[in-house]
Amino acid sequence: MKDESRLKRVLDQGGFAVTAECGPPKGADKDTVLRKAELLRGVVDAVNVTDNQTAIVRMSSLAACTLLKSAGLDPVLQVAVRDRNRIALQSDILGASALGVRNILCLSGDHQSFGNQPQAVGVFDLDSIQFVQVVRTMRDKGTILGGESLTKAPELFIGAAANPFGDPFSFRVTRLAKKVAAGAEFIQTQCIYNLDRFEKWMAMARDKGLTEKTYILGGVTPLKSAGMAKYMKKKVAGMDVPDEVIKRLEGVPANQQAEEGLRICVETIQRLKEIPGVRGVHIMAIEWEEKVREIVESAGLMPRPVVSKQ
Amino acid sequence: MITAERKPMDEIRAMIAPYKKLLVLGCGSCVAECAAGGEKETGMLASTLRMANKMEGKEVLIQEKTLDRQCVKDFVILLDDVIDRYDAVLSLGCGAGVQAVAEMFSEIPVLPALNTEFLGETRDQGLWVENCLGCGDCMLDDFGGVCPLARCSKQLLNGPCGGSKDGKCEINPEVPCAWQAIIDRLDRFGSLDRLERIYPPKDWSRKQGGGPRRIRREDQQR
Repeated sequence: MKDESRLKRVLDQGGFAVTAECGPPKGADKDTVLRKAELLRGVVDAVNVTDNQTAIVRMSSLAACTLLKSAGLDPVLQVAVRDRNRIALQSDILGASALGVRNILCLSGDHQSFGNQPQAVGVFDLDSIQFVQVVRTMRDKGTILGGESLTKAPELFIGAAANPFGDPFSFRVTRLAKKVAAGAEFIQTQCIYNLDRFEKWMAMARDKGLTEKTYILGGVTPLKSAGMAKYMKKKVAGMDVPDEVIKRLEGVPANQQAEEGLRICVETIQRLKEIPGVRGVHIMAIEWEEKVREIVESAGLMPRPVVSKQ
Repeated sequence: MITAERKPMDEIRAMIAPYKKLLVLGCGSCVAECAAGGEKETGMLASTLRMANKMEGKEVLIQEKTLDRQCVKDFVILLDDVIDRYDAVLSLGCGAGVQAVAEMFSEIPVLPALNTEFLGETRDQGLWVENCLGCGDCMLDDFGGVCPLARCSKQLLNGPCGGSKDGKCEINPEVPCAWQAIIDRLDRFGSLDRLERIYPPKDWSRKQGGGPRRIRREDQQR
């Protein structure tokens, strides 16, 4: 059943999970997706496929997930509530399960004003927490919103996102608790650069018993340059890049900053491994998928566990 | 109230170009309060249009009038005696006013001089803010008197999203985060625990389920 999710099996068996992100192309070329699949094969347990991230039109997440699935990888379908109402969302859930997708990440989505279609209507019919609850009910009770029964329930391992770096900080764990109560079985966090704040958030999550109820995967993004770090600090919503990180990158010559960025990423993963309750990492190497193997190897996370089908 | 802003002058002039006898029609209600379509703004628009025509040597009759309310039949009917003198009406009413005038006088084009914006409040001198969607099922009691549908950019009922920073919204540092306001207010009332429960999906049928909405009250009918 849902144990066809490799990600779930790794986590259930107590492994430290590794997932990576795969951004679909701005075009109909399946070769780009399959090339990224080869870069990630054997390196990660599951591959997240973004859903028109930053509100830029790309190949659909569901189509790219299907391509990854056919290439033998375990895709995580990201779905943003920004673009679809509750009819379309529930319909896509059924379609994804029928096509063999076994993981879903339920998101609000970046606001449409950030992307290349700023004239679009923002749907937001459900919010991300309600969406998690809807998927969970479809899977566990076999019913859609309103209570009608499905002929077959979808089989999905259900995840949600969390941003420990948004405000108000005191409410961040309350929101995590709501996502877990709604039915989120795994959580992927926003990119972590401020480890002190992340550790505080994790301590609050542990105090509320949330790490016993959900698998938390820490998000990391390797920085390619000091310029990228500054851009993320200033321009990317919900991002917390401390000045020390920027200074460290500026402290090396420009042609070595990418290497330094990879080192910071690996060190972050090593520190995350030591934090109680962190059950894995999610590597978001933006258009830099070829570096994921190196990061995973340097962090001592290779080889990936072999999991048996139950 | 309903807020509005005047359209750019070029757009208005292009709209009225085919007509020779124009009534510029103001409204003394909401659009007067937000300084877009009251008696004063109507007079100013009419003189600007007259002056522009004069400079270009165009012979166009442009007169003005302001009704107390363009969206109420009892006031619109006052145009009955004068409407025949014109071949078009340029309305400075909100969208409801424009359509009420058009509904009553089907023989004459009624053109909008304003862009109708939102249901909001006059927050300050020269500052109007949106704070109601007119959803048909008010939930303000649950959110400390701050509407997340009208004031959160993502309409989250279980916010805030990860983009809330220092009390501001991710889409623009000028935009206050509604969820920060909701949390602050409920905290003051000692009711923050209300936000721990999952708020269910909104029932939009109260807004969209029956097509265009109408309110019929027999006790008010004659």
